[in-house]
Amino acid sequence: MRIEFEHKQSAHCESGVTSNLLYHYGLDITESMAFGIGAGLFFGYIPFIKLNKIPLTTFRCSVGGIFKRVSKSLKISVKEKRFRNQQKAMSELDSLLEQNIPVGCQTGAFWLPYFPEAFRFHFNMHNLIVVGKEGDTYFISDPVFPDIVTCSAFNLCKARFAKGTLAPKGRTYILEHVPESPDLVIPVRKGIKAVCNAMLKAPIPIIGVKGIRYLAGKLEKWPEKLGDEMALLYLGQVVRMQEEIGTGGGGFRFMYAAFLQQAASVLEDDNYLELSERLTQIGDKWRLFAVSGARNCKKRARKRDSFPGMAQMLRECADLEEQLFKDLRDIVV
Amino acid sequence: MKVKDVPQDKGMIGDHGTEVCYAVDDDGRYKIASSLGWEPKNIANEQAWDIINRDIADAIQGIRTGKLSPLAYHMTKNLMDEGLLANYSGFYRWRVKRHLRADVFNKLKPAFLKRYADIFEISIEELETVPDLEIKGDKNI
Repeated sequence: MRIEFEHKQSAHCESGVTSNLLYHYGLDITESMAFGIGAGLFFGYIPFIKLNKIPLTTFRCSVGGIFKRVSKSLKISVKEKRFRNQQKAMSELDSLLEQNIPVGCQTGAFWLPYFPEAFRFHFNMHNLIVVGKEGDTYFISDPVFPDIVTCSAFNLCKARFAKGTLAPKGRTYILEHVPESPDLVIPVRKGIKAVCNAMLKAPIPIIGVKGIRYLAGKLEKWPEKLGDEMALLYLGQVVRMQEEIGTGGGGFRFMYAAFLQQAASVLEDDNYLELSERLTQIGDKWRLFAVSGARNCKKRARKRDSFPGMAQMLRECADLEEQLFKDLRDIVV
Repeated sequence: MKVKDVPQDKGMIGDHGTEVCYAVDDDGRYKIASSLGWEPKNIANEQAWDIINRDIADAIQGIRTGKLSPLAYHMTKNLMDEGLLANYSGFYRWRVKRHLRADVFNKLKPAFLKRYADIFEISIEELETVPDLEIKGDKNI
């Protein structure tokens, strides 16, 4: 049995799952719109959370935050569940599928056999939608893949019960009620305000534009503090978080710029178009930072790719973003 | 980023298709563009795998000298550390740590070995063998 489900490939798993699920229930909310309403844009350099023994750099809000905010803003009722018993988790999934309900699941990436080898890390914040089952095989709309993929029950169960940081514990979510044509004006405004607050007004200096400057200060000292080898590892991890984990490029800045264009038409205000353009340029700057970082990792650094040089690039990004979010905050009211 | 500048540098995605990028067209409108990959990303990804491969080589070295048990190899190969392996196996971390010692591992009950083998989806025989891996790449990365 397979649910008729329109699968659209997305840049990021959570915004993609949100968009695809809503589309199934007749709401045409693109991925970037979901990302914007869900206030996905963020920055944090969190020295006390370690990923592969290296401090966490993040360009997006907390896991599940986008989906939660979108469903709350659009008044969608969601049923979410976690499980202790693996068998029960799988049989409940099957019974939902039998009722023709597509099921969102949080999983680990490591045990999903359809993932390219190079992406298979113990990363527990992946999201996908199960849309059917035949025999022992599940059909999955995994938003970061071009087409529907398949996975055995054994592997899916393992992925749903992956262990470690932020273990999914078999978490599923289904949409119970979706309003027909909700007004987007307030959700869009709310989403923008939340991002402005996170970027400008964070109470701790490791988040938002202050966080970017904090990272710049740390990064500058990595070679002397950690030694060259570790410094490059730290740097590589920042580049990976910025580009690799399904960001749509430039640490989600391009995706958010796409959202600002949509916001311009929803809010009927062309000022957002200009802000979108500025954010695109900021995204391009982030990309240059990644290029410099990668050159270092490959030991092909040029003069301006030095650690102080890269710290300077980060500070420029921070300054530009600070001004951008201030302007954004002023027009959104 | 312009649509025409969306990089198409094949690498980590390999033959698994394309990924989505956001880029602007000539009129400045955002479009979804597909990309085969981007060199800086490929490099950062390679760096991560170089480290893993080096850790695997180190584990094999440790096993050859008789200090570490084959479990160290399988743990590293599956990108785990003692903490994560403890989570998966249900053993306490300190016990996993002990099982990484060759002398302790050699005396483990089959039931214990089975528990580890199941996690890695291999047989007990496979759990007890370690391939002769050539140490690849630059050891001083």
